[in-house]
Amino acid sequence: MADDLRTRAKEALADPGLHEALARATDRFVEIRRAGDDVANLDALKRAARWQRHRVMERLPEVLERFADAVGEAGGVVHWAADAAEANDIVRDLATRHAVRTVVKSKSMLTEEIGLNEALEAAGIDVVETDLGEWIVQLAGDRPSHILGPAIHYTRERVAELFSARAGEELPPDPEVLCAYARASLRERFLEADMGISGCNFGVAETGTVVLVTNEGNGRMVTSVPPVHVVVMGMERIVETWDQLDLMMTLLPRSATGQQLSVYTTQVTGPRRDGEIDGPDELHVVIVDNGRSDVLGTGSHEMLHCIRCSACLNVCPVYRQIGGHAYGSVYSGPMGAVLTPLLDPSPATTELANASSLCSACHEVCPVGIPLQDLLLLRRADNAAGGAPAAFRAWAKVWSRPAGYRASIAAIQAGARHVPETFVPSAWVEGRIVPRPRGRGSLRERLARGEI
Amino acid sequence: MDGGAATPLILFPTCVMEAMAPAIGDAVVRTLRDRGFEPSIPPDATCCGQPAWNAGHPHEAATVARTTLTALADAPPGPICVPAGSCATMMRVYWPELFRRVGDERAEAAAVDLADRIVEFTRLVAAADGDDEDGRAPREGAVAYHHSCHMLRELHIRDEPLALLDDAGYTVAEWADDERCCGFGGLFSVKEPEISVAMADEKIDGLPIGEIEALVGSDLSCLLQLEGRMRRRGIELPVRHIAELLDPSGPADGR
Ligand code: SF4
Repeated sequence: MADDLRTRAKEALADPGLHEALARATDRFVEIRRAGDDVANLDALKRAARWQRHRVMERLPEVLERFADAVGEAGGVVHWAADAAEANDIVRDLATRHAVRTVVKSKSMLTEEIGLNEALEAAGIDVVETDLGEWIVQLAGDRPSHILGPAIHYTRERVAELFSARAGEELPPDPEVLCAYARASLRERFLEADMGISGCNFGVAETGTVVLVTNEGNGRMVTSVPPVHVVVMGMERIVETWDQLDLMMTLLPRSATGQQLSVYTTQVTGPRRDGEIDGPDELHVVIVDNGRSDVLGTGSHEMLHCIRCSACLNVCPVYRQIGGHAYGSVYSGPMGAVLTPLLDPSPATTELANASSLCSACHEVCPVGIPLQDLLLLRRADNAAGGAPAAFRAWAKVWSRPAGYRASIAAIQAGARHVPETFVPSAWVEGRIVPRPRGRGSLRERLARGEI
Repeated sequence: MDGGAATPLILFPTCVMEAMAPAIGDAVVRTLRDRGFEPSIPPDATCCGQPAWNAGHPHEAATVARTTLTALADAPPGPICVPAGSCATMMRVYWPELFRRVGDERAEAAAVDLADRIVEFTRLVAAADGDDEDGRAPREGAVAYHHSCHMLRELHIRDEPLALLDDAGYTVAEWADDERCCGFGGLFSVKEPEISVAMADEKIDGLPIGEIEALVGSDLSCLLQLEGRMRRRGIELPVRHIAELLDPSGPADGR
């Protein structure tokens, strides 16, 4: 993968089918989300949610302890992972201890973030993604391009090709046929799996419950069929009470897919108890930090409030053009442009702050009121903390003096009339013809002289 | 407007208008007069600082914005009209935060005091649009209207420009992409020119070109982006600031 945003963006823009797939998929997401505007007091709920997220994050260590205690009481085992390597080690050790050969997974962006599949595969374990989109991406040796719809960059024709190759027979590009094929293939894998790995939409601290929201039912299979269930959860994916969960669950499916409730809301409290027919013998919850606690208490802490609904990706005009891969991270769109460099500050990620025209569509739509464009601006300011480029310093000097400002306005106008290409960066001029100025002379002088 | 003295009004013309479209400034002035205002531009006002703020250089932005803030705060009281949604947003929404960020408490307090006085042009004109329509020849024709991002999502101004166009006799054509970003975004269009152009292209492709006689907006920077891109693609559709359509003396080219 090319290591700069502009190159990756150019590649994405050059891909003829991509824009169509993206526009179609995101338009559809936006359209169905409107159905989620059914609650009359949506704005009030969003404000309440923002406040609730604040309350939890302020006391995160305490809330997490409470959650861990409750998980323990329910018979689960909690593991704390400071970073990706620790998290992967924990899960791999669990797998080794149980002589696991096959793992089934439900969709989890965190496991993508930490590279869990690769770590398990390196230990000789067969990892099977069971979310349809994730499975498509896995079969293609690709990466998810959207946190909710990992394969939204695929057309159904592409999916039919992939499945046909695997099936050894021609499958038509008909969603029903393709789904039936996936269901049958995955069912076999569920039955042979020794371990299920899931993410976590919300942990509820008061009861130690892990809540998963899915639409395909694969989450239920992953959490109940294999003998061992491992939850990999980001440390910020937590609420304190069921009341808070209620609020989040009012907002999450609505913001994500316009559903009042997702098809499956799975609540896992401990492993199988005596007398229960299904559920795992062991439940492990791995709570992962991986850069998150460094964000707590900073000016960007609100990014930890994110509930991964993907609404901001779907409305983002930049995401719409370049898709998720161009961001070079599992997290894309506005939330990715903010979150990725926070979790992994490096020269390759800092430039993601530029992947926005600051149009505010993301802020407007975020169910927990994260001021995404303000956070992007903050990232830009942090990136420039070493000092503004000389051009901006000179600009500030001249334009803070009225006489200097007036002289530059006259100069720009004259330049734009005669040689616009020379004072506008060439890449800009390549795509556009700088319009000639409309009218001439100093507006303010003409007004003062009574000439208008 | 006849009868009664005109209300004095501060006009902050914006750097883009002064540099790239002084003739549109004339249209703004004439429209304001037509609605009963007598605008004047404070001589020491320069720029709102937005280019540097959006690029992540708050100190440079504050240096420039402070000059303008002082000039406006020293000007006579009353509304300050800004004929650009993004500059109006910078001054009304972001100035207090900008000055707080650089630790200038006095400027922050002054910016908070000033915020309520900053009024975007169409909102001001729509509110002033009284019963007096004499002397304004009704226009006709269909136009497409671009809702600029900050004006729409930060100032929440959506209906005012549409109502003004309607009052003036124009039909605003259906345009599916009218609320999507044009791709300008200041430095964004320089740092990520390819994405910026792709964004403009999608908007332009959606325009009902054959049905409209102009593309209209309230932010010159967006209009320069869209016009610049259309010209590069050989599309000759006129691009107008809304003031030109409200101007009692009609749109003039003056290029
Ligand atoms: S930032 Fe907000 S809108 Fe975007 S995914 Fe997170 S919660 Fe959803």
